[in-house]
Amino acid sequence: MCGIVGLFAKSPDIEARLGVHLAAMLEQMSSRGPDSAGVAVYRDPAAAGWSKLTLYSHEDGYDWAAVAGGLAEAFGGVEESAPRARHVVFVVESDAAEAEAWVHATYPELRVMSAGQVIEIYKEVGRPERFVEDFRLEEFCGTHALGHTRMATESRVTTEGSHPFSTGLDLCLVHNGSLSNHNTLRRSLRRKGIEFQTENDTEVAAGYLAWRLREGATLERALEGCLDDLDGFYTFAVGTADGFAVLRDPISCKPAVLAETDDWVAMASEWRAIAVLPGAADARMWEPEPGVVYVWEKAPVA
Amino acid sequence: MTTVNETAVEVVDLATTTLRELNQRLHDLAGGAPGSRHWRVLNPSGAHAIACGIDAEIEVEIEGHAGYYCAGMNKFATVRVHGNASTGLAENIMSGTVIVEGNASQSVAATGRGGLVVVNGDASARCGISMKGVDIVVRGSVGHMSAFMAQTGRLVVCGDAGDALGDSIYEARLYVRGRVAGLGADCIEKELRDEHVAELRELLARAGVDDADPSEFRRYGSARQLYTFKIDNVSAY
Repeated sequence: MCGIVGLFAKSPDIEARLGVHLAAMLEQMSSRGPDSAGVAVYRDPAAAGWSKLTLYSHEDGYDWAAVAGGLAEAFGGVEESAPRARHVVFVVESDAAEAEAWVHATYPELRVMSAGQVIEIYKEVGRPERFVEDFRLEEFCGTHALGHTRMATESRVTTEGSHPFSTGLDLCLVHNGSLSNHNTLRRSLRRKGIEFQTENDTEVAAGYLAWRLREGATLERALEGCLDDLDGFYTFAVGTADGFAVLRDPISCKPAVLAETDDWVAMASEWRAIAVLPGAADARMWEPEPGVVYVWEKAPVA
Repeated sequence: MTTVNETAVEVVDLATTTLRELNQRLHDLAGGAPGSRHWRVLNPSGAHAIACGIDAEIEVEIEGHAGYYCAGMNKFATVRVHGNASTGLAENIMSGTVIVEGNASQSVAATGRGGLVVVNGDASARCGISMKGVDIVVRGSVGHMSAFMAQTGRLVVCGDAGDALGDSIYEARLYVRGRVAGLGADCIEKELRDEHVAELRELLARAGVDDADPSEFRRYGSARQLYTFKIDNVSAY
């Protein structure tokens, strides 16, 4: 069991209180996943020519100032945000992929949780209620967010094994379910140059999507590929720079509920996570069909 | 000693009362024990196991969306959800009636032994899985693998049915008015005879469905090739 939540703002009010709503949704899913919790928040886009990295250290009190100094020396402009637990967001005057590669090479002890223009990923072991507090989740404004509460079945309870998983620039994946062909698939993806940090099954699904997208597939096509290439149970939610997508496996044992009002689109494992949103009682509500890709995206600004 | 008013409506607000207390109070009515016969549950907010295990001839109105296993194991009671219901509505229902005004998620009335379950919206996957005598009437459509291993009872679907309807079915009778995406193993269409039209008319009336003509339905059931022991297949066992 695990819990998934997703919220896509359609009004400025929801954007302004995105973190408050996300926190309430995540806490409702605590009983589905008390091991670990995580969120991907899409907010504060980096300026053109700049990019955003969320970095994580295993140590408390890590010397983040040194990292800021190193980034400044390598790339010029750097903005460092206040740490949230062991996570810090850096906005760097650089291409995201280049900055990410530089961090891997220069600070191999750090994890790059996310890279892109808008995404920030935070995740940690422990109860979701504690996560909400430690990461000051209620402070966040933003356009959309995904969240996950984990009850581990396939691999160890670690920060790296928590969701969301980055699947490329501004992309992330959360998963409820379990995959049975992940070892075979991991080996084949490694040969294609995809790197893995854990023995976790969801990380393989994330790597699979990253590979398909790298090969030029659209998000829809990459997700449809899961239906052929992944064996197991899953409800997936994928975050993109502009919105999110949802896919359930053809058997659809794992739950998912979608709901929409004029102010928001929400996705969750169970209704009780959506019931905490304003106007939920009057929302249009339905269950995603098995094997069908659903996508919400912000209309591009004309 | 306090007197018990059996006609007054007992209102329980789940925003201020625990679910455990609500269910305990409903269980305390078992065997005709004194207490209110009409209950209203406010702020269900998708909580699990609301009104589970009732064993009393009472009416319960749930004013909102219900979570997993609502009205499970119901005996005698009439439980009405004024909203949607999550997975496992009326699981293992024994008797009585469970009605949902909106949609129901997967496994409606799973393993149900008796009584009637009415879904006025759509039901999703595995509606009536392993049903053992319950009657189910769905005004909308049902999802894939509905009536999987259905043993006895009737499933009536006024809309469409998803893929693999009635897979590995035993002796349950299935009636679908709309399109069937596909039949499961050993499930076949059967002739709709007069006694079936009469049975359907009675079921639709009990469910309060007055806009569906029983003769528009098609009947499905077991080809009896899979579950019957055949000496020719002995090597397969």
